Amino acid sequence: MYIDPHIHMVSRTTDDYARMAAAGCVAVTEPAFWAGFDRSSAAGFYDYFRQLTESEPRRAAAYGIAHHAWICINPKEADDHGFAREVMSMIPEFLSRSNVLGVGEIGLNRNSKTELTVFEEHLEIAARHNSLVLIHTPHLEDKLKGTRLILDAIAAHGKINPARILVDHVEEHTVRMVLDRGIWAGMTLYPDTKCSAARAVDIMEMHGTERIWINSAGDWGRSDPLAVPKAVVTMRARGHTAADIHKISFDNPRAFLSQSGNFNVNAPRPTIS
Amino acid sequence: MTTPAGKPPIDRQALIDLGFIDARAKVLDIAAFLDRLDRAPPSAAPTDFRVDAIRAALAIAIDTSPARAERILKCWSDPTTQPVAHADGKAARGAHPPGNT
Repeated sequence: MYIDPHIHMVSRTTDDYARMAAAGCVAVTEPAFWAGFDRSSAAGFYDYFRQLTESEPRRAAAYGIAHHAWICINPKEADDHGFAREVMSMIPEFLSRSNVLGVGEIGLNRNSKTELTVFEEHLEIAARHNSLVLIHTPHLEDKLKGTRLILDAIAAHGKINPARILVDHVEEHTVRMVLDRGIWAGMTLYPDTKCSAARAVDIMEMHGTERIWINSAGDWGRSDPLAVPKAVVTMRARGHTAADIHKISFDNPRAFLSQSGNFNVNAPRPTIS
Repeated sequence: MTTPAGKPPIDRQALIDLGFIDARAKVLDIAAFLDRLDRAPPSAAPTDFRVDAIRAALAIAIDTSPARAERILKCWSDPTTQPVAHADGKAARGAHPPGNT
């Protein structure tokens, strides 16, 4: 039994739901993200937020998987401040829905000034609505600088309990600085550009398993919706106990997500066998 | 975790048995990639910062100090500290170009 706390199921097939359910997935959470192209209007985001909160939970429920969403304008489409503000004005309506956990995945992409301003405005929305926050950190060579900028912005904002924030996509060079701020850290298991399962297990061995989760961040790019159960196999091969495996793949995400009263890990009864 | 911080639950020999073939394959792929570049017709630019970044990382990978993965990631990272005026495209390139500090 496991939770994949970060996966973009709108980009995945129904077969993926079937395979995840067979592998033991009981719950997913789906942050708002970039669709691979820039949406041309705020109305496009409105429809996307409806898809995340109305359509996708039904697809998941058919396989006995609980589905929750996070709402935001992602940093890849946040470099136009006026457009971003128009989208952000819709967020409160969706935060009031019973299957929405908070604001995410916000953060930085190329570490621009506008991205940072939009990130700070998202933090303010989360603070006003007492929401959990899920943060994307930049890719590749931009990650170290972007993670520092994000952590500094959180500290300067100062209105959100760090225990209610998760900074995702950490790697060896960023995990410690996140944990040292009292913030949760997410490790994303990707074929090329983030953590391999072996490196994620290394990081757990070196930094412990407190306030850490693993996720697939499966989407339309190179990614694997079964990355979490495959990491479990790696943990077993590396000699980790069943208790440690359950903690990282189930207990930890449940603990963080349950800070939102909207999270319910009890999966709906499957309607497709 | 059930083991002291930083210590894998299984010993070094077991880790070698578990990971050697995978590591061997990855080393060969890197060597073959560099060979392929040598065999290719030359391009206008004599070098590419991304290939230089791989060569720099390989030097770190074979040294005897700890935290090799962390040091390689830092070696490839943008060393600047201030946000940029505008995003230079949506995609990162994998290593920070020299001179862009």
